[in-house]
Formats: sequence, C-alpha cells, structure tokens
Amino acid sequence: MNPGIASRVDQIFVILQHRIAELFPAVLQPWVAMILGVVGIVAVFPGIFALTTVLERKGLGRMQNRLGPNRVGPFGILQPIADAIKSLTKEDIVPRTADEVVHFLAPVVLVVAIFLGYAVLPVGRNMVLLKIDSGILFFFAIGASTELSIFMAGWSSRNKYSLLGAMRAVAQMISYEVPLLLAAVVAIMMTGSLSPTAIVRAQGGFTGFFPRWYVFTPWGFAGFVLFAIAALAETNRSPFDLPEGESELVAGYFTEYSGFKFALFFLGEYLGMMSIAGYGITLFLGGWGAPASFLEFIPSWAWFFAKLFLAIFFFIWLRGTLPRLRQDQLMNFAWKFMLPMTLLNLMVAAAWRFLGEWFGTGILAEGVRWLLCAAILAGAYVALALTLLRRQKIAARSYRYAD
Amino acid sequence: MSGTGIQSFLPPVIDVEAGEELLEVAMGPHHPSTHGVFRMDVALDGERVVRLKPVFGYLHRNHEKIAEKTTYLASMPYTDRLDYFCSMTNNWAYALAVEKLAGMEVPERAEYLRVITAELTRVQNHASAIGFLLQEMGASGTPLMYAFREREKILDLFEALSGSRMMCNYMRFGGCRVDLPAGWLDRAKLVVAGLPRFIDEIEALLTSNEILMARSQGVGVLRPELAVNAGVTGVMLRATGVNYDVRKVDHYGIYDRFSFRVPLGDHGDIYDRYMLRVLEMRESVKILEQAMAQIPEGPILDPKSKPRGFRPKPGEAYGRIEAPKGELGFYLISDGSGNPYRYRVRPPSLINLTILEDMCLGQNVADVVLIFGSVDIVLGEVDR
Amino acid sequence: MLGEGILKGLAETAKNFAGSFVSEERLTTVEYPEVRLPQIENTRDFPFLVYDGNDPMAGLRCVSCQICEKECPPKCIYIIKSTDKKPDYVGKPQFYPARFDIDVSVCMSCQICVEVCPFDAIKMNTEFELSTDDRFGGLILDKHKLAKSNEYYQHIHPTEAAEVDGRLAEEKAKVEAKAKAAAEAAAAKAAAAKAAEGAAKAADRAADGASGQPSGAREGRA
Repeated sequence: MNPGIASRVDQIFVILQHRIAELFPAVLQPWVAMILGVVGIVAVFPGIFALTTVLERKGLGRMQNRLGPNRVGPFGILQPIADAIKSLTKEDIVPRTADEVVHFLAPVVLVVAIFLGYAVLPVGRNMVLLKIDSGILFFFAIGASTELSIFMAGWSSRNKYSLLGAMRAVAQMISYEVPLLLAAVVAIMMTGSLSPTAIVRAQGGFTGFFPRWYVFTPWGFAGFVLFAIAALAETNRSPFDLPEGESELVAGYFTEYSGFKFALFFLGEYLGMMSIAGYGITLFLGGWGAPASFLEFIPSWAWFFAKLFLAIFFFIWLRGTLPRLRQDQLMNFAWKFMLPMTLLNLMVAAAWRFLGEWFGTGILAEGVRWLLCAAILAGAYVALALTLLRRQKIAARSYRYAD
Repeated sequence: MSGTGIQSFLPPVIDVEAGEELLEVAMGPHHPSTHGVFRMDVALDGERVVRLKPVFGYLHRNHEKIAEKTTYLASMPYTDRLDYFCSMTNNWAYALAVEKLAGMEVPERAEYLRVITAELTRVQNHASAIGFLLQEMGASGTPLMYAFREREKILDLFEALSGSRMMCNYMRFGGCRVDLPAGWLDRAKLVVAGLPRFIDEIEALLTSNEILMARSQGVGVLRPELAVNAGVTGVMLRATGVNYDVRKVDHYGIYDRFSFRVPLGDHGDIYDRYMLRVLEMRESVKILEQAMAQIPEGPILDPKSKPRGFRPKPGEAYGRIEAPKGELGFYLISDGSGNPYRYRVRPPSLINLTILEDMCLGQNVADVVLIFGSVDIVLGEVDR
Repeated sequence: MLGEGILKGLAETAKNFAGSFVSEERLTTVEYPEVRLPQIENTRDFPFLVYDGNDPMAGLRCVSCQICEKECPPKCIYIIKSTDKKPDYVGKPQFYPARFDIDVSVCMSCQICVEVCPFDAIKMNTEFELSTDDRFGGLILDKHKLAKSNEYYQHIHPTEAAEVDGRLAEEKAKVEAKAKAAAEAAAAKAAAAKAAEGAAKAADRAADGASGQPSGAREGRA
C-alpha cells in the first residue's frame, strides 16, 4: 500500500479537524479546533459505551449458553436505544429528606470528571485533545475526584444503607489508588516522562519482530497485570463489585437514584472503565502502535480502538467467570499483596535498567536480564501468595468416603 | 459425645459493648438471593452478626390440614409442591409411608424406576444448589446457567415419563403410575452419559477457584455435635463429618444392590458442602448407570393398589428417604377411613434451618447470604 | 492455588463462549414463539372431554358419573347431571353432563381425574397458551370448550389413544358378540317356542277332531 495513502487515512480525523477549522476566521480557529475535538470525544466514547452495554450482555449470554438481547434491532444492536428511552422516561424520584443540590450534582460531577480524563488520552498518532506534559498525573488526579462523587451520592441520599455502601466504595477505591499509581509509575520511570504521548512514542519501534511495548518485559508484564487488577477495583467491576452487588445486604450508593441520573451513574462507570483501559493501553500496550512492522498500514486509531475492545472483552470475560470478593478480603488483597508487589516491581524495573547498562546488548545478555528479573518477580509472587493463603488457612482439600 | 458438656459446641457468646447500638436489618422477604419468600431479622455490630432470627411462613399453604380432609391419593400431587425442585423424591417418601401403613409390596421394576428418577432428581437438585450458591457469590449466573442446561435435559426426561416437568405426581402406593415410554431408557442413558462431562466442567470452573475458596473456606462452620443435636441431616450433616445417609442406614428400596460411596467432609463449612454436592452428583451418576443397566421387565404396580376407595387399616407409620435436601419423612396416622387422621411432613429444609443463627453468629454480614445459600432450602418445604 | 484456579475458570468460560457459535449444545436457547420445541408426547396441561364421531355433544363419552368431580384434589370440576339419557358408543342409554365446567385457574394438572374415569371420557390436553384477559370467565372452560374429538386425541397422544381405542373397540366387540349371542339365543328360543306352540295347536286340533267339540268350549270350561 502506498505509504502516502496509509498516512492520510491515519491522520484523517486531524485533517478533517483542520479543514473544518479553516472555514472559520483565524481568530476563532483554535477554538473551533478545540470544540471539534471535544465533540469527537463526546460522540465517540458514549457511542462505544452504548455498544459495550450490548456487547456485555450478549457476551455474558454466550458464555452462559444463551443469547443475549436479540429483540431490539438485528442481533439486539439497538438495545441501548431502548434502555436510553426507558431511563429517560422514568420518574425521577428524589427522597424527601435528601439533600437535593448534592443529590443532583453527584452524577454530574462523576460524568464531568470522567470526560475530563479523556482529554489527555492519545487515541491515535497526533490525536490528543490536550498536550500536557504531565498528562498521566492529570488523569490520576481527575480519576480520584470520581470518588468524591460517589461519596456525594451516598451522603445526600440520607439513607444509612446508601451511606454505608458509599463509604465502602470509597474505601475500596482509595485503597486501590496506591497500587494503581505505583504500577503506572514503573512505566513512567522507564520512559522518563509523564506525558502519555511520550510514553507511547517510547514504545514505538521494533526489535526484530517484537514491538517494544512495555508489556513484553518482566516488570512491564507484572505492572500491566497489577494495573489491570487495580483498574478493575477502581471502576467497581467484577470481581470487585461488592459496592454494587445485588445480593448483598447493604445496597449500593446509587439506590436512591432513578431514571436518568441512574443512567448517568451507569454511563460514568463504563466511561471510567474505558478511560482506565485506555491509559493501561497507553502505558503498557504501546498505545496506538501496531504490533508488527508490516501491520503499520492499518491506522493508529484503529489499533487503539482494537486494543480497547480487547480490554473491554477481557473485563466482560472476568465478570462472567469470577465470583466477587468480600470487602475485607478486597482490602487485604490491596494492602498486603498488591502494594508489596508494586513496590517490588519498581525495584525490579530499576534493576532491569542498570543490568542493561552493565550487561550491554546482545541476545544472551538480554535473555539473562529477562530471566533474572522474571525469576525475582515470580519468586516473590509465589512466596507472598503462599504466605497470605496459609495465614488465612485457605488450601485445596481432599475428601474421604464413609466405609 | 466429647464429654465436656453442652458448652463445648455452642458458638461463643458475642460480647457487645454496653450501650453500643446494634444495627437491625430485615433481609427479605423480597430477596435477590431467591430460595423463596423468607425473612431474616439480623442485628449487626459493625460487620459482625450478633443476632439472627429467621422468619418464615410466607408460603404456608395448609398442606397438612388439607391432607386430613382429602383422600390419600389426592395428597400425592400436593407433595410435588413441597420441595418443588425434587417432586419425585417427595412422592417416593409419601408412597413409602403409605406402603408401610397399608402393608403393600412394590414390584421390582417399580423399585428400579423409583431409584432412577430419584437419582436424576438428586443430580439436578445439587447442580441447581451449586448454581444458586455461586449466583449469590456474584458469579453473575454462569454456573447457574450451566446447571440449568443439564437440568433441562433431565426435566425433559421427566416430562416424557410422567407428563410434567416438575410436578410429576408419578409414584403411586405400591409402585409407579405409568411405565417407561418407548425409547426413554436410551435417551436417559444418553443424558446420564453426558453428566460426568458437565460435572467436570463445573469442577474446572469452580473447585480450585481461589475466590470461591477464599469466600467459603472457614465460613459458616457447623460442629458435628451441634448438627446431630439439632437434627440436621443431608449434606449439611455429612459435611461436618458425621456418616449418616438414610440410603445406607435404612436400606430402603433396592439401594443395597448398587455400589456407591458416601462422601464426608471434615470442616463443616460452605466449601465442604459445595464439594460434597459435587461428589454426591458423581455417586448418583454411578447409581444411575447401574440401575439403568439392571432394570428388569415386569409390572409396575402392586395388584392390590387401586386409585379409589383406599382405606388402610388403623395404625401409624413413618416413612423416610434421603431426599437431596436431607431426610424427608412422612408420618401418617390412619383411623380406618379414606382420609388420614394425622399427616405430618418432616421437612429437611426447615430442620436444617434451625441452626442458621448458630452458624452465622460472629460472621461477616456479607457471608450470611452465602451461609443461607449453602443450607440449600426450598421455602415450599419449610412452610408447607 | 496461586491463580491457576481462576485461569482454569476463564478457560472454561472461553470454551463455552467459543462453543456457543459452533455447537448447538452450547447455545440452548430456543427463540420462542418464532421457534417452538416439538411437543413431548406424554405432556399434560389441562383436561378435555373426548367425543366420538362428528357431533361433540351427541358423541361425548362422559356419562356424568361424577367420579372425577369427587376425586379431584382442588375440586375444580363442576358437573350437573342431565335428566334424560342418550345412547353411548355401544348403544346403551346413559346420562350425560348438562353442565361440565373446569376452572383452569384452579386445576393443578395432576391427572387424577383421568386415572379414575371408568369411561375414558376425560383426557389431558397439551395446550398451554391459554392466557386471556378475561379474569373471571376466561379461565372457566365449559363442556363446549372442553369437547375435542377422538381424532384430536389420537393426534396429540398417539400411543395412549391407540391403547384406549383398542380397549374400547374390544369392549364394543365383546358387547356386540354378547348381544348377538343373546339375540341368537332369543331367536332360537322364540323359534322353539313358536314350534312348541304350533305343535300344541296341532295337538289341540287333533284332540278336538277326536272329541267332536270345539276347542274354545273346552278351553272355556278349563
């Protein structure tokens, strides 16, 4: 394929943005370009959210030997429209004793904060809304403010069960912020920059056939797995979805919400899941980079969204398989397992760097470095896991039969 | 038993600091974790359960009183509706009680049919129980759907045999109502041949799942002395390590002809009950294979049995079987007329439920639902 | 123990996910009502009354013995016996139900009414799509709604119907044979009686001829 055409397709949205902006006077052009970017984000990601809800229900259905929704539209594709109409036409009930202002603002704060997080996500080559040097820091700061909205929801409902549920959710999210950040720090450390664009560029290029994504290094793999687990907990996805579990005694923090506000919470949760997946892809999976040099003719944004859909499918897969952890087990897991592992990961990453300098390049040296770091991480994982399980007396059992 | 008195096996008294307010919650009767309409009044100290009172009776349907007013045969379809998952075993227990009362003989082919249907019932009940337990644990219904996939096959067999999937009304006093239709045995053999693969699938999905183990091992422990004293039977009792299976104790029916083992647990927690249900499913498959190979030709009903005008001589009888939920017993007193003078059901679900509080004391509130699910009750049986 | 349980579980779910696209066993949904499962032959839903021949009311097998009404556990059958009789399938005059109502919202499909009926008049139907928005009358089936032909019965429960038909035909044949034998015996008896009467008359005439007096006078005296 002609490289010119490939790069044109790759940059098609940027070109479109410039062409439309050029229709306006020069004073307004930066504003128009910015607004077009925002419109793009606001149009694309909720659209993916709608698609995700259908894919989740159909995916879960297929895993459970049944069809998912299949009545609304071909293969049930138009189901989100039906859900949207349903949630818009439901009566909006606000409890009489509730704090109305905070009750109203909670979902708004959630959605606004989540959308802000998309501002620094590099969706393709040259396709970032805001080029901030400390983009990752910005994202994590904004992500922490979603916890505020959850607490606002629980507090304003004046319902002791909602409050308990909200406190649990906030405790869970705060506990998992630490491993999330530490897992991300390892990629930042090896790149030397907080800017998502720079991190993606650092993972470009290929060594032979392999792309230089961080996930193919031992510390990157461990970091990716830890980031993924922490991301599941941050977004209240199974198996960490106790705050919104249906069969639990304490109801979720959004019990007192109905109609569109509930839909906004739902939207916020899924958008958060996608944005954190997007950052996981940026940090460890090479962002919009292609996995092989001969596949580079496929546009970068296509690669990004392909990886995003893979991540979403993985989340759905986990949801369909795993039961949920109890609250105290969740917290134990965060503080006693994830935190030591992420700290160890940092040290292994540093060791990787220095071993690289000492051993030099060459297949043997690279292999030794790889194996050494992998061995340290694997050994620590096994030791830590066994200790924790033995402490709680969890073990495989064998059963006897009566004579 | 152990000789150190009653204190040794009661759960520890929970010490609540004076003046601290307990959070009182009513779970149910509309419960997301199904099992029927059931309420638990729970008092919590933080996350720990301090007091738990089960409140049931929402599904009481006057079964025993109705039986006093109708004939013996007319009670048979009502027994279907006791434990509505396992209608065949309910029927068998009642038929056994009446046969003891009236001194009727059951032909051999009918005994084999009873064993086949009862073991099929046991398989589908245990599979569903595991599915419901995992559903409450939050596994979003995947094991439940697999269990129901197999259950559908078994229910189709029941429909071909008795006419109805769940309310089978199949046993009669002195045998079974209708013989196998053509081709049923071959289809049943196919279904049973597919069951080991299903059990392997469930085990691969669940048995070594760390999250399941973390949530169920050491949770809801029941001590064997307390279980025996409370009259708990079935999987709950065997999970504590007590070897008591009515099939082996009473030798009712023709169970002596089949070789099967009774699995026992050691810890009495939720994980043991889950594993025992899996192992019992495997044993049931063994019994089924043997029974279907050995079933003889012959009549299926005692010639003395007739549908109308059944008047057993005055007397009393207690007939019990190992139902999937525990020991299901029927106690009948006859006064010589066509209606029983007293008709009493010993519901295993209710008696297993009496120690729910003892199992839940001191546990986390999130585990109450799991412990309740691991008892495996059906409200139709609890409330009758 | 170290996470491989979770991986095994994930593999199992993935197998089911992939299998649901290729094998029917892994996707067991039947998209009712566009696709229906074939009816299992022995299934039972609610009772119906069988009639022979073409006329539902004239061919109704039910003789209003009210046994099913007595034996029904929830007492959902309501019968009023007629005051006149009509001939049944062997020709014997029988009562018939002036009114035969089944309250389908009470019926629990236990099939005891079928078991106790001595005349094979009531059998189990396989229709289950009976929902209606008429709360009070819509679920009470009267004898016109309940009457279905024997051909319908043979269509929904072939084996059972074949057995019932065979038995009824046998009984009819027996009754007919008995009637024929009785008729033959009666005819023989009548012929014999007639022959005896003729012989008696001839003997009388002979006696009259011998004594010369009219037989009537002799008979008047006797």
